[in-house]
Amino acid sequence: MQKIAELIKKEAESLLKENKVTAVWAWQPGEFYYDNSPVCFTAPEQLDKLVYNEFCPSNLGKYLMAGSKKNETMAVFAKPCDTYGINQLIKDHRIKRELITVIGIPCSGMIDIKKIKNQGVKGIISVSVSGDDVIVTTAYGDKNFKKSEVLLAKCMSCKGSDYMIADKELGEKMEVKCQKLNPEDGVKKLEAMTSQERFAFWQQELSKCIRCNACRDICPACSCEQCIFDNQEAAVAGKASANTAEEQMFHIIRAYHVAGRCVGCGECARVCPQGIQLGLLNTKFAKDINEFYGKYQPGADDDSKAPLVDYKFDDVEPTISAKGVR
Amino acid sequence: MLESEACENTNYNPLIVAFCCNWCSYAGADGAGTARKSYPANIKIIKVPCSCRVNPLFVLRAFLRGADGVILCGCHPGDCHYTSGNYYTRRRMKLLMSTLSYLGIEDGRMRVEWVSAAEGNKFSETMNSFAETIKSLGENVKLRDLRCKK
Repeated sequence: MQKIAELIKKEAESLLKENKVTAVWAWQPGEFYYDNSPVCFTAPEQLDKLVYNEFCPSNLGKYLMAGSKKNETMAVFAKPCDTYGINQLIKDHRIKRELITVIGIPCSGMIDIKKIKNQGVKGIISVSVSGDDVIVTTAYGDKNFKKSEVLLAKCMSCKGSDYMIADKELGEKMEVKCQKLNPEDGVKKLEAMTSQERFAFWQQELSKCIRCNACRDICPACSCEQCIFDNQEAAVAGKASANTAEEQMFHIIRAYHVAGRCVGCGECARVCPQGIQLGLLNTKFAKDINEFYGKYQPGADDDSKAPLVDYKFDDVEPTISAKGVR
Repeated sequence: MLESEACENTNYNPLIVAFCCNWCSYAGADGAGTARKSYPANIKIIKVPCSCRVNPLFVLRAFLRGADGVILCGCHPGDCHYTSGNYYTRRRMKLLMSTLSYLGIEDGRMRVEWVSAAEGNKFSETMNSFAETIKSLGENVKLRDLRCKK
């Protein structure tokens, strides 16, 4: 990753120096070693701060929206999974393709710092990764981990190392090495439960929601300028309430709104401060769409018709069978 | 005693919202009237220009505001006044129903039925059977905004 960081810096420098773009989106170090945050560079001398390592999980695509409105030319660095979101934003007319330069950068999986902290590691100073070995330097000495065991959940169901959109690719492609998780497994497990059990599960899960709207704000498919959740009249705009029905409503609406457009990046679940398994809802919609209307991967291209704005004459009927709706 | 039995004993009257498309199902309701076919009085019909006008959010909000059942009626696929509206409805509502079931809401609280302008009979039969289903399911407590309860 160190080598790629150098390549990124060089690329960003040449783009800015030759005035090909007015802004470059990348990551900069945060307060701690493990909370790198998105940043917009506009001059070559700022680039000392640029960083790329195992703690850059955020997708930069959505940040292009503001600049795209002002017709700014921008470059953005995108990991393979980020390119799905960027495609989706182009398709939704949120960013203009002709204004942006997408530079694909390889990724071998991002590390979930919570998984390390949960094992009682405190006072983290830095983390170095070589191959599968993760060495965490703390104020109390070094700790060793296996990378495959501390990967982010979304990286464990990585969609592969291909870029869906890229004007240029840097470095060699990398693979995520770990025991792969299928996001549909969780959905299948829930589907096998009884209706009562499912309701109890969701009641417990969704009651954790504090309505911070982080899942909405991070989502590359959730990009409306006016949002129902900001409308006080909508009956779902209330902040954390004790009423589960309202929480349920919020989550159905959120997941439904991105149905057929959710690229499955898993960012919503990653940013959720309460650890709600939001992927279970989004994946359910994706699974249903695949099952009823044929396989569809949103974000794989920028011109196909999304399943919910399309139809066939012989689609399945919304009737209730003896086995239930499924 | 079962919950459903308790409801029957107390003359429980569910609140049912029916979204009917202007061109087929609403005319179907008229047809039921002309043919002297009855349907339960606790079914509140909301006329919409096309079944496709019904945003899934309308259905959810009806539940949130206290409806015990929601039924959506539109033209038969292929007969839409606007050519293709009900094809979109079909996909949307299929997903919504599947998700409600996934969240543990009883199957059957929501229903989609195609009723043409000539099917007054079918309209009254559908509404009667839907009211029966909702009556047996009992009050909708899982998807109800408690602030709206009297």
